Amino acid sequence: MSLPDNSRTDISSFWNDTGKTGIAAWIFSTDHKRIGLLYFYSVLGFFLTAVGLGLLLRIELMAPGRTIMGPQTYNALFTVHGVIMIFLFIIPGFPGAFGNLIMPLQIGARDVAFPRLNLFSWWLYMIGAAIILTALFTGSGPPDTGWTFYVPFSSRTGTNVSLAVFGVFIVGFSSILTGVNFVTTIHRLRAEGMTWRRLPLFVWSLYATAWVQILATPILGITLVLVIAERALGTGLFDPGRGGDPLMFQHLFWIYSHPAVYIMILPAMGVISEIIPVFSRKPVFGYKMIAFSSLAIAAAGSLVWGHHMYTSGMSDTAILVFSFLTFVVAIPSAIKVFNWVATLYKGSISLEAPMIFALSFILLFSIGGLTGLILGAAATDIHVHDTQFVVGHFHYTIFGGSGFAFFGAMHYWLPKFYGRKYAEKPALIAWGLMFVGFNITYFSMMVLGMKGMPRRYYDYLPEFAPLNLASTIGSWLLAAGLLLLMVNLFRGLFRGEPFTGNPWGGATLEWSTTTPPPTENFEEEPVVTHGPYDFKGTGIP
Amino acid sequence: MSQPQHRDHAGATLGMWLFLFTELILFGGLFLLYAVYLARYPHEFSVGGKELNVVFGAGNTIVLLTSSLLAAMAVTAVQRGQQRATAILLGGTIFCALLFLGIKYVEWSAKIGHNIYPGSIRLRTGPPGESVFFSLYYLTTGLHGLHVLIGGTLLAFVTVRVQQGKIDSTNYSWLENGALYWHLVDLIWIFIFPLYYLIL
Repeated sequence: MSLPDNSRTDISSFWNDTGKTGIAAWIFSTDHKRIGLLYFYSVLGFFLTAVGLGLLLRIELMAPGRTIMGPQTYNALFTVHGVIMIFLFIIPGFPGAFGNLIMPLQIGARDVAFPRLNLFSWWLYMIGAAIILTALFTGSGPPDTGWTFYVPFSSRTGTNVSLAVFGVFIVGFSSILTGVNFVTTIHRLRAEGMTWRRLPLFVWSLYATAWVQILATPILGITLVLVIAERALGTGLFDPGRGGDPLMFQHLFWIYSHPAVYIMILPAMGVISEIIPVFSRKPVFGYKMIAFSSLAIAAAGSLVWGHHMYTSGMSDTAILVFSFLTFVVAIPSAIKVFNWVATLYKGSISLEAPMIFALSFILLFSIGGLTGLILGAAATDIHVHDTQFVVGHFHYTIFGGSGFAFFGAMHYWLPKFYGRKYAEKPALIAWGLMFVGFNITYFSMMVLGMKGMPRRYYDYLPEFAPLNLASTIGSWLLAAGLLLLMVNLFRGLFRGEPFTGNPWGGATLEWSTTTPPPTENFEEEPVVTHGPYDFKGTGIP
Repeated sequence: MSQPQHRDHAGATLGMWLFLFTELILFGGLFLLYAVYLARYPHEFSVGGKELNVVFGAGNTIVLLTSSLLAAMAVTAVQRGQQRATAILLGGTIFCALLFLGIKYVEWSAKIGHNIYPGSIRLRTGPPGESVFFSLYYLTTGLHGLHVLIGGTLLAFVTVRVQQGKIDSTNYSWLENGALYWHLVDLIWIFIFPLYYLIL
């Protein structure tokens, strides 16, 4: 990474203020901003890799029958696409990249509570990622179980599951340490006057996320250990032939993996709660309820894992209870959506790239959320379970939701750290391409699912051909938009117009320090005297 | 903000407590499996439980409780500025950790000698519930043994720092957190012992 050509060398920034040189100044740095950028470029690299795999999957599904790959390759590709997207991109993405970059600045701290532990988290993440990648190219072929590693197949398949599972275990450990670090930081290092009621909503969402990371990830850890033991030692705990029960694996797996979807979406909602008031020039509507709903989603979301298992053979009572609890989670999610929309009402809205991404988040996430209720209701779920409908639904929430929020955060916050900005017009064109491409790709999938096309098959009946072709063409639009977005953003960060002061007009603390921020964030210890969205009190016109 | 080298003892302790929660939940997964399979195979679990040697289990319980006491005394000693006593007490804790692993080794060897281990012929051909019981037994005590090893290593590292004078009455977060971790190892055993050796 080269230093951005920053004309403002008179002010020391975190880019040049370091004792070490070269790569060591990055990979051994304990500065939260440098670690944040390390995370950012790592997760972005994995994201783009998995996007490539996704495009290959879509090309295979372009026409019925074998198009470019056989069934075993297809199985391996969707497994790897899922494992990378989930464990290496979207779970570490928000806390690791933007949580590290922004959270200490927003609470007025010089760094996180445990800077060395923070660096260790990134190292663990990279080690885990390296192990996962090794698993793809060694042994008897990449894992073909799907990212869910369901037994009994995962305990019997000859592919390299154990190593991949061990890599995911390490990445999970990294996630736990980040969670521990963030909860401690938010409790201990808030600046004077930064009361809980003045905490920016992005920090609230990270706080809720960190608790989910702490409380849910260990269950994934033990589940993965059990899968490895099943394969290596023959413990038979999930083997019905030896008294075990595969359903217990599904319970343990989803006890983590459902709350994990809130690790993916909660910080994204936090980003939206930052962008919308700034670009509407209005204090956020219902601050307390948005903060509270983050905690409510984290709490209620921990009790709904069974809705992944309606067709697995649970009792009807269990299905009813899980279905009810699933609908309960929709309430705090809807609270957020209504509050964002109410914030827009009579606001002075400026449609710049971060705002456009935030607005499309609201639409796409709402579609994802409402289709989630179709899956959450037991009766309708039976019809669409394990179909392309599910694939469409979770891409609407995780890609249309978290992904678009991630792009919004990139346009909103990265200029702050580079002191330069992307060009507005290409950013909007890129967004347009992505928005149209996204909807064609994934809405087609939902319709296909409703018609009965199962997920995870490399082949399908001829009657599904037209919509699959549409979906594949949509994926190319999406990829073209993504490419334009990346080129424009990074060209702008390194060569674009200077970005100084507080051009967006944000009232949170990160905009009160110099751009790019100095190593210890603030020249003087900030004293907070107003709320995070009190634009008048901050003196922003 | 304060000096560049500011220390936040309360923050360090808070972080450690959060981490200990994650350890409890890690074992929670195994206890959950224990509960479900006990309800499904009460008879086989009772047969399996009777095969475990209460003497070994009780002996290890006494060893671990003693070690926890020594660790707590080490924290008090360092607060009073008694560096030498701290190091000796920590040495006692580490000795207990090794003793625990030694007893566990003898116990496991005896079981494996009786052809009881995951995937053994006896368990493969016996009733399914027994295979489940002993798999859980090995996984739970094995994971706990691993934690004894990690905790002992951590305390050995702390002992070295005490002797180097890097941990003293003004700065003992490492020692306190090491002791907290050790109490967790003890606490988990307090649940494992009755569940596997006593109540069945």
